[in-house]
Parts: sequence; C-alpha cells; structure tokens
Amino acid sequence: MSVKILTKHFHIKDSHKIDVYISDGGYKQAERALKEMKPEEILEEVKKSNLRGRGGAGFPTGLKWSFVPKDTGKPVYLCVNSDESEPGTFKDRHIIEKDPHMLLEGIIITSYTIGAHESYIYIRGEYYPQAIRLQEAIDEAYAKGFLGENIFGTGYKLDVKIYRGAGAYICGEETALLESIEGKKGKPRLKPPFPAVVGLYNCPTVINNVETIANIPAIVEKGGEWFASLGPEKNGGTKLYAISGHVNKPGVYEHEMGYPLMKLINEDAGGVIDGLKLKAVIPGGSSVPVLRAEECDINLDYDSVAKAGSMLGSGAVIVMSEKTCMVRALQRLIHFYKDESCGQCTPCREGTGWMLKIINRIVSGNGRKEDVDTLYYIAKGILGHTVCPLGDAAAMPVMSFIDKFRDEFEYFAINKKSKVE
Amino acid sequence: MSVEISVNLRKKIDEIKKKFPRDKSPILPLLHAFQDEFGYISVEIEEEVAKIVGVSPVYVREVSTFYSMFNNKPVGKYHIQVCGNISCWLRGYDEIVEYIKKKLGIEIGETTPDGKFTLSRVECLGMCDQAPVMQINGDFYGNLTPEKIDEILDNLE
Ligand SMILES: Cc1cc2nc3c(=O)[nH]c(=O)nc-3n(C[C@H](O)[C@H](O)[C@H](O)COP(=O)(O)O)c2cc1C
Ligand code: SF4
Repeated sequence: MSVKILTKHFHIKDSHKIDVYISDGGYKQAERALKEMKPEEILEEVKKSNLRGRGGAGFPTGLKWSFVPKDTGKPVYLCVNSDESEPGTFKDRHIIEKDPHMLLEGIIITSYTIGAHESYIYIRGEYYPQAIRLQEAIDEAYAKGFLGENIFGTGYKLDVKIYRGAGAYICGEETALLESIEGKKGKPRLKPPFPAVVGLYNCPTVINNVETIANIPAIVEKGGEWFASLGPEKNGGTKLYAISGHVNKPGVYEHEMGYPLMKLINEDAGGVIDGLKLKAVIPGGSSVPVLRAEECDINLDYDSVAKAGSMLGSGAVIVMSEKTCMVRALQRLIHFYKDESCGQCTPCREGTGWMLKIINRIVSGNGRKEDVDTLYYIAKGILGHTVCPLGDAAAMPVMSFIDKFRDEFEYFAINKKSKVE
Repeated sequence: MSVEISVNLRKKIDEIKKKFPRDKSPILPLLHAFQDEFGYISVEIEEEVAKIVGVSPVYVREVSTFYSMFNNKPVGKYHIQVCGNISCWLRGYDEIVEYIKKKLGIEIGETTPDGKFTLSRVECLGMCDQAPVMQINGDFYGNLTPEKIDEILDNLE
C-alpha cells in the first residue's frame, strides 16, 4: 500500500468541511507550528524533506523560502498558484474540492514560516464552483479563529484572499500571476529580480503550487526526514499523478515519488482503452517532450523522467493509443500555445502563429514535404529565446513529436492524409 | 449610455474595493462582477470600471481583452464552452462538438437566433479525468455523449 498524504481524506463523506478535517487531527499542526516552533525550525524540516515544487519546475521548496530577505521593513506575501491550466492537469482541483482545509493549514504554516500576514490564492477563472468551495472553507477557518487576528491566541495574524483569474494560461507563470493580481495584463516579468525579493506590489513574495503547500502539514507532523524517505534521492514525498486520455480509468492517483509509469497506466488507470496498444505518453503536462511506448519503462520522479529526455512537470500523464494521429494531436497543442502566448517576445508570438499555419496546412491536405522541416526549424528558433518558459513549452512538443514520429508527419504532408486514421 | 448598477452590484463593488485596496487589483474582480450581472463587458462597463479604479478606459479595455473569459459582445443565455484540448480531443471532442453544432444549428462562435445558446471552443478546463467536457455558465459537465448532451441541453429553460 502506498502512503497517502494528500488524498487520505478523499473517500470520507463531506471531507471538504472543517469539522470533518478537524476530527482527523486537522489544524493541529498549524497550532503546534505557531505555538511551539520557530520559523527557522520549520524551514529546516522543509529543507530536509526534499519537497520540490509541484507546479512544474520541481524547484526545492525550502530553498525557495530561504531566499526571502529578512527585515526589509516591507510586508511579505504568499501567493498560492491554483491557475492549473496546463493541458492534462487537474490534480489541484481535486485538493480544492475534497480537502481545501489541508491547503489552508499548509498556507497558515507556510505564511508563518516566511513571515507573511497576507496570502493570495490565485485560482483560474473557470474553476468557479471550486472558488466557491474554497471561499466557504476560508470562511469556516475564519469563524474558528484559524485565520484573521490572533490565530490560536499566539498574536499571529493572517488574511487569506482568493483572486480569480479570467482565462489566461500564461497567468500560471509566477510573474504573470503577480501582474494579474496587480490588475494588469498577465505578461511575465524579466528575472532577476526574483519574486522572493521583488514580488507582489514590489514586496518579497513566495509563489507555490497548491499541491506543494498541501504537503506542509504532513511534513511538520512527521518530520522532513520521513517525507524525504518516501521517494528516491532528492525527490521527497508522494505525488498526485493525474492521468487522462486513452485509459480506462482516468483520474488522480497518489503514490510515492518514483512510481513506475507503466504501473500507473496498467494498474491504477486500468490499461489502454478497448484493448488497444500504447503508442505514446506525455508524462508531465502538454508542455513536455512526448515519449514513445518503448520509452515508457520509467519511474515518475523529476530526475528519472529527465533522464528519459522528458520532464515530470505537473505530473499530468496523457496517454495515447495506437489509433492516435500524432499530427492532429500536435495541432491541438500548437493551437493552444498560439492562443496563450502573451505576445511580448517575437519568437513566441510569431513562431507559434507560423507553426499553427503550417500544421493547419498539413492537416487540411495542403502540406508540402518541406513543411515538416520548417516546423522543426521554427520550434528550434523559439527554444531558449524568450522571456518566460512558455516559448520552450511550445517548442518542445513540436520538436519531440517530429523527432519521434517524423514518418507520420511526412506521410501526412506528402499524401494529404493521416497515416493512422 | 451609462450603466445601471443594481443594489446588489453596488454592494459587490464596495466589497471588492475593500478587499483589494492596492494598485489596480480591483480590476479583474470588478470585471467578473459586471460580467456576472450583464453577461459581457461593454464599452460603458469599461468606462465605469475605469472610473471606480481611477485609470483610463483604454487601460481597462487592454486588460479585459487580454483575458479570454471576458466577453466583449453579448452571449446567449447559456454559454456552452466545449474543451477542445488534447485530453478531450483524444476522448471524442470532434464528434461531441459536431453533435452540438447540428443540434443547435450554429457554428462555433455563434449564438442561436432566439438568444438562448452561444457555442464556444475553449482550451483545457482542468477536467480531463471526465473528458470530453463542457462548461455552461460555470457548471461543468463531463463524460459527454450525444444522449447526455440531449439531456443537459433539453433541460435548460
Ligand atoms: C506558462 C507557464 C504556466 C504555468 N502554470 C502553472 C500553473 O498553472 N500552476 C502552477 O502551480 N505553476 C505553474 N507554472 C509554474 C510557476 O511559474 C511556478 O514555477 C510555480 O507556481 C512555483 O510553485 P512550486 O515551486 O510550488 O512548483 C507555470 C509556468 C509557466 C511557464
Ligand atoms: S515566451 Fe511567450 S508567453 Fe512567455 S513572455 Fe514571451 S511571448 Fe509571453
């Protein structure tokens, strides 16, 4: 049996309600942290835990928190990234729907550790029912005195506010998220300065993903070493794997870091639909390189997936059966990145537009043989030449799809029809 | 033409200003509140929001057009938004959207003549475990089939 941290309440009736959460020891860790632990002690445990950011980049969480300068005289902010717009990703939604108080308890402990008294949860606008549920949970926590003034009688004060996005994938990028909360267009900022120093309203700010923060109460309860022991080296804890596409049981499954991909597909998700053969998997959300079926014998942790030439990203596993036309699949993705480019860098703005034109031309039966190379060439021109990683996110799928399924692309361009349909 | 602000909306505006007192932060929450009330963001609404926040109307226009959820023209009573991204496409987006188009007699981006339905294609809604998925005025509907679509749409008044 796998250890369950984040999903341990999911099966309980009304698991989103505060009384249910409290009856299983909920908010005890926040109370203990505020009353008995110094911020430095908590930071030490989080560092030891090898918790890495679950938003996609896998950056060590303790290290990120340690970048917040002390005694600047400015307020410190915690922004919780609940934008969750990376295609294939839906794990944070499950936490918000089924255990919002675990997230709030994590927010209290994190805010206390970094010295924040105000926290913003940036939630994508489409998650409307989820924003309501989250607000209800926040209201419950205020009513119990877990948020607001003088929390647990310690004198510590914290306000938590929801800020709703409005349909812009780019606002999941941390600096675009800050711009958005400041009431601007979501255009990523140049770094440095990093948000830990110059963030929201020009103040020191920590930005973490929902899943990252939801792990904090368990780390405080059981210790950093315990958390670190759950996964392979430098990959602490469990992970929510969100699997979708051509599988029998799409859903969110929690396992220790380093869970085998094929086991996730065949056991948790019940295998490929209609008894079809596996063709390809995107292992970490639409922005990461695709893997061919024969490359899928890997473990799902940051370092193992990187060794296989892709990325764990958000942990969103998209499964494609032998019936999938890779050209049409890529068309979906290019359409997405073209739509979502914020437009401030020329390679990303123009490049995604050109790529869309070319792939549309191929799919509509007007392709030319050289189109495949042109696509690849444009993607290569975007890679590494933009302000934010969305440019790379648009380029990597294109390059990997062509690298691994070039015959399908050339077939479509020359024969004006799909090789598999 | 100026915008008629209901008592309820006035209350919401005051709450938003109190909750997000800094910089231009009230803009997005205000645009949401106005769209909830009027269904879309008109030029008059942009002017109103600009006045409340203390910025130029063109600034509000720039922000509201950057975010795809803000409609810049009226939409039907029910705004059907079908996810066309990869996980939904793998599970039958093409057939689902064709079925809805035929049923309503409109193309993507159009509204039925009676003003009841607008059909849009949107990017990933974060509901991939229930693909194919659509969202209608905030509510999600997953595991769509033609029968299920009939049931959902026929039951909307
Ligand atoms: C285009 C783009 C979209 C992103 N979307 C999200 C998102 O929806 N949720 C998220 O947590 N991180 C997202 N990120 C990553 C954030 O920039 C940031 O690294 C993360 O929120 C940090 O939190 P973590 O350290 O806990 O992972 C995105 C990054 C890029 C470049
Ligand atoms: S890479 Fe694209 S999305 Fe990112 S800042 Fe540049 S134009 Fe905007």
